[in-house]
Amino acid sequence: MADMLSGGDILVRSLQDAGVDILFGYPGGAALHIYDAIFRQQAIRHILVRHEQAATHAADGYARATGRVGTVLVTSGPGATNAITGIATAYMDSIPMVVISGQVMSHLIGADAFQETDMLGISRPVVKHSFMVKRPEDIPAIIARSFYIARTGRPGPVVVDIPKDTTHPHLKVPYTYPEAVQIRSYQPTVRGHAGQIKKAMAAILQAKRPVLYIGGGTVLGNASEPARRLAELLNFPVTNTLMGLGAIAGDDPRNLGMLGMHGTYEANMAMHHADLIISLGARFDDRTTNATEKYCPDATIVHVDIDPASISKTVNAHVPIVGPLDRVVEEMIRLLESSDQRPDPAALEQWWQQCHSWRAQHGLFVRPNHEPSQGSLIKPQDVIKTLYRVTEGDAIITSDVGQHQMFAAQYYHFNRPRQWLNSGGLGTMGYGLPAAMGAQFAYPEATVACVTGEGSIQMCIQELSTCTQYHLPVKIVNLNNQALGMVRQWQDMQYEGRYSESLYEESLPDFVKLAESYGHVGVKITRFEEMEGQMREAFALRDRLVFIDVQVDPAEHVYPMQIATGSMRDMWINKTERT
Amino acid sequence: MATPTAPVRILSVLLENEPGALSRVVGLFSQRGYNIDSLNVAPTEDRSLSRLTLTTACDDAVVEQITKQLNKLVDVVKVQDISEGPHIERELMLIKIRARSPESRTEVARCVQIFRGQIIDVAPSYYTCLLVGDGTKLDAFIAALGDIRVLEVVRSGLSGIARSEKAMSL
Repeated sequence: MADMLSGGDILVRSLQDAGVDILFGYPGGAALHIYDAIFRQQAIRHILVRHEQAATHAADGYARATGRVGTVLVTSGPGATNAITGIATAYMDSIPMVVISGQVMSHLIGADAFQETDMLGISRPVVKHSFMVKRPEDIPAIIARSFYIARTGRPGPVVVDIPKDTTHPHLKVPYTYPEAVQIRSYQPTVRGHAGQIKKAMAAILQAKRPVLYIGGGTVLGNASEPARRLAELLNFPVTNTLMGLGAIAGDDPRNLGMLGMHGTYEANMAMHHADLIISLGARFDDRTTNATEKYCPDATIVHVDIDPASISKTVNAHVPIVGPLDRVVEEMIRLLESSDQRPDPAALEQWWQQCHSWRAQHGLFVRPNHEPSQGSLIKPQDVIKTLYRVTEGDAIITSDVGQHQMFAAQYYHFNRPRQWLNSGGLGTMGYGLPAAMGAQFAYPEATVACVTGEGSIQMCIQELSTCTQYHLPVKIVNLNNQALGMVRQWQDMQYEGRYSESLYEESLPDFVKLAESYGHVGVKITRFEEMEGQMREAFALRDRLVFIDVQVDPAEHVYPMQIATGSMRDMWINKTERT
Repeated sequence: MATPTAPVRILSVLLENEPGALSRVVGLFSQRGYNIDSLNVAPTEDRSLSRLTLTTACDDAVVEQITKQLNKLVDVVKVQDISEGPHIERELMLIKIRARSPESRTEVARCVQIFRGQIIDVAPSYYTCLLVGDGTKLDAFIAALGDIRVLEVVRSGLSGIARSEKAMSL
């Protein structure tokens, strides 16, 4: 006999059966039956955030760090709309997430009821799919489908909107959770086309100037290890997108570093001159291609992606392969290992010499593009290098959006997948701290650091209170330049230094006192020579949140920077030199 | 997106007959900057599915993206660009035409007959006519009316089906 349960209890039981162990949320009128059901159970831990945007970012951080589905519960109206930014962030970066939103009672829908908003309508462009619950007995199937859709194929957020009456405690129906999910209109590809993979192998064997171009799909598709083995077997140079960092170790000798707008000189040069580009789970986003009509003129493009719509969307692929990254790359490896044919080693050797010479000319770590830090002049790049040393390259790093994000991407070597969590697609300021919370919940013993700026951190600063409540020892590294650094950089470069609304003047809080008022530790770093020592002390406080406010040079720019409307090789190398 | 010379595409979409499914299709077009020239939709013989015919003018690359993006929608079962191969297309038009004088009544009736339409409602001052054909035939009918005043036009948008034994079904 199935248990007779109310809709609220059915929802919570369904979440348990879907494997949820942590739920990020915020209560409100339309969700109260659900919250009561949460109160009466132990299996799922609910985390009370301070703003619904943070609930979605925290679930997103948890999902990116673990590969599991992040789960969110919010109420109707403003609860739902506040969640939208985090849902859009997850959508752009293909993060598996299920967001449950309370809704007003069914009979009030459409009546402009208190805290009513059309959540399905407002979220539609930024979700993979969404459901509206009509009857409590439909909840288990909808939850099972939601999790299945969120994590399979190209992952993404799913919204489940639940009118309050369907969770009412007096309305009880039998509970059964579906054993399997079958959706006739949704069948993600489970393997790559064998013929296309053979075509790709033929192109690989012909290559003289190849580049493996690794995107976030390699991380999300758990294909980092096969991708690394492929690079090793072929001895091909590798570049990562912002989202692909960590898929191939940052200190792997074959890794040319990140490509794109703020990519390394050697990565962008290699892409431009390549005769073969093998893209694994990258989507040729405009921040990585520069002008598409001038993109990599000599390259044959092999594009492997789980999402057919990502292939030939912005750049035409010569050999498209639709399929899960891990299986496709493993098949490529199998074909290579079963044959003694390899690309021309002499040509490859020459290509490697070329790549090394590019690196010797302008490599970030060979020829710094900025003046050295000294005294009160702290260069943000040096903060990241110090952070890398202090954390021994092992921390989970989250970031917000702007200059600090690019410095973190350039100077912290990410040596494993899921170590670097940032909003690459949507570019959401305010992501870093809640994402760090999500990662810290997933890995309580890990060092989790949020690299941020004084602009971004103030967009979800209220979460310092959540960190107090749950004793989250996140380390916040605030690159404080008293300005919206990236906006300011563009205003320097394109608007003759007219700093329209990008300066905070005297309005910034004392972040040390602010952290202390929440019960945390605050540290202010103003001198370069003391930075490493102060940072080591901060990270030694294993069980405390430490807000490390570093006063960095406000005039610094992120370089290299590609020149708009140019090709991959058109870059500013530093403030005065360009290619 | 659509250039003046871009060919018209007729996309047939088999869709779950679920609330919100149509809004996902329509939303996709506005969200990604594609145009919809006409759209019609109704349940099929299997009430759990809807068949949708949509026309849009765009080049090959865009129609490829549209097809892929439509296929990505969870509610979409199948998508086919039927204008790629032999197909049949028809549109239905209800048109209310001023017909007061004996001359105009005769002229309208004659046009309707020539275009193999029907007069389906008669009043002292107007006729309501039904015409079926491809889009150009319906345009031609309106043009043929000349100075006779058209009061109201309702067009269904194109419906289409491929000329092939192969059916678009589950």
